[in-house]
Amino acid sequence: MQRPDALLEVHGLTKRFGGIVASDELSLAVPEGEIHAVIGPNGAGKTTLIAQLAGEIRPDAGTIRFAGADLTHLPMAARARRGLARSFQITSIFRGFTALDNVAMAIQAHDGHSFRFWARARSDPRLREPARAILAEVGLDGRADMIAANLSHGEQRQLEIAMALATRPRLLLLDEPMAGMGREESARMVELLRRLKGRETILIIEHDMDVVFALADRITVLVYGRAIATGRPDEIRANAEVRQAYLGEDDHA
Amino acid sequence: MAALDRRHVFVVTLLALFALLPIAAQLADQPFYIGQFRRILIFAIAAISLDLILGYGGMVSLGHAAFFGIGAYVVGILNHHAAEETLFLGLLPGSRNVLITWPLAMLVAAASAGLIGLVSLRTSGIYFIMITLAFAQMVYFFFVSLSAYGGDDGLRFPGDTVIAGLIDTQDDIAFYYAVFAVLAGVLYLCQRMIESRFGLVIQGCRENERRMQAIGFPTFRYRLACFTIAGGIAGLAGALFAAHESYISPSIMHWTRSGDLIVMVVMGGMGSLIGPVVGATVFLLMEKLLPDYTEHWPVVFGPVLLLIVLFAKRGIFGWLRPREHRRAAP
Ligand SMILES: Nc1ncnc2c1ncn2[C@@H]1O[C@H](COP(=O)(O)OP(=O)(O)O)[C@@H](O)[C@H]1O
Ligand SMILES: [Mg+2]
Repeated sequence: MQRPDALLEVHGLTKRFGGIVASDELSLAVPEGEIHAVIGPNGAGKTTLIAQLAGEIRPDAGTIRFAGADLTHLPMAARARRGLARSFQITSIFRGFTALDNVAMAIQAHDGHSFRFWARARSDPRLREPARAILAEVGLDGRADMIAANLSHGEQRQLEIAMALATRPRLLLLDEPMAGMGREESARMVELLRRLKGRETILIIEHDMDVVFALADRITVLVYGRAIATGRPDEIRANAEVRQAYLGEDDHA
Repeated sequence: MAALDRRHVFVVTLLALFALLPIAAQLADQPFYIGQFRRILIFAIAAISLDLILGYGGMVSLGHAAFFGIGAYVVGILNHHAAEETLFLGLLPGSRNVLITWPLAMLVAAASAGLIGLVSLRTSGIYFIMITLAFAQMVYFFFVSLSAYGGDDGLRFPGDTVIAGLIDTQDDIAFYYAVFAVLAGVLYLCQRMIESRFGLVIQGCRENERRMQAIGFPTFRYRLACFTIAGGIAGLAGALFAAHESYISPSIMHWTRSGDLIVMVVMGGMGSLIGPVVGATVFLLMEKLLPDYTEHWPVVFGPVLLLIVLFAKRGIFGWLRPREHRRAAP
């Protein structure tokens, strides 16, 4: 089942919080270029999975291989430098910085070390120009100089994606990018994700089934930390166990 | 940009006032003020260094006076051995040359900060406050028990330090301008640093350290570097202070001194570099002048500080800035 050429290979991932099993012998593989959606009811362990992939939470057991290397014991920053980028379910940005500063910071993280004490970073075209380009890409070009805290919720979510993109990742981990968004904002985000499809490899957690079935190449269904099914959208739609465990609950939010 | 210009005007005006002070004091026949303000400038340097970690780095250290004290002791001990013509630890000769003693004070203070930071920076929040306090207390009691250098009573040493064969620290005015030059230099270098890539990383860690790690910054080493640099600059201020007083004692690194530094930074406006200069000035002037009006001055001092902090959330300097820019301040 595991493809040898997969960019991300997770094997036997297990994580317990006291009595709760948040990841239960979880295995999945994401090949280069794929959009892989992870769905499952609230509390299924989706965010915990992403946190383990990103290096924020240590698994109790299991391995994470990325681009051929074992990442299981690497800290968060080191994984990010190898090309894993994460967006947070609960918006996590530099609220006191401008939108442009937020993205430029992410560019800077991947432009060598930052023990540079003299040159002014805010007038460094190596940081500012790519940051502006990425803001434009996510549709925030008009907001570059606004303080991030003053952006609308939807814009902050877009900024969250912009920061992840700015690290030029090999794999994007998106945790409910549309969480808390209005209809119009969601539509804009779907449009952005559609543009990223084919260009980026993405592991996305999303509740909106229309979006998932429209975007994903493959879907993994998580219930109580266990992957009960993985397959193409049509396979997942047809899977009886999935229908019963999850889809049957009808548009669970 | 308007805010930037106003800030520049403010900084230049303030520095110009400090530069003119000895002349004014001479004209007014009050040379006493020269020494008084030299002391203020020295504490301003220490407050600036604390602002690097407190205001920009978001690290609330309650042990900063330890590095100030270590710097002062380096100068004091070296001067003492130079005067006695003895060897430090039976190995090193003393020195009166500030081109040796001041950089050494900086280095030793920075190294101490590096070691203390290595442990402290693994904690955060209230634990960080407590652990920096604990380390500072250890340093404090170390010097209290250091009887070879006066222990609790401190150490007086001949204050005929000569700066590069040019400036005599006994010459009130010349020494004042030497301290002034150090302050201006520290202010400029710190401003450059804050605007550099390193400076942005430090501020990013204050804003959201988890996010910094998620985009790929190994934040610990940057925060440690910042803590070390701040300790070094505090050590330099301590070195100036030792030369200023010709006397060192553990009381300069008592934890309440660390508290005073925090008050100076917060009152003046943290995260602005110039704010702590204002804060140090106001704090030390109040400490000096209030006792002339009432013996119950601490009763007035506390509430005044409270009012300043409450009514000028970004400190005195923040209060002077145009309203629309306050929020956007870095
Ligand atoms: N840090 C934690 N400590 C204890 N329990 C946790 C922690 N994080 C998550 N959990 C629990 O693990 C389960 C999975 O949570 P989570 O991964 O956030 O689910 P999802 O993102 O799928 O909604 C939930 O029951 C949650 O309460
Ligand atoms: Mg979640």
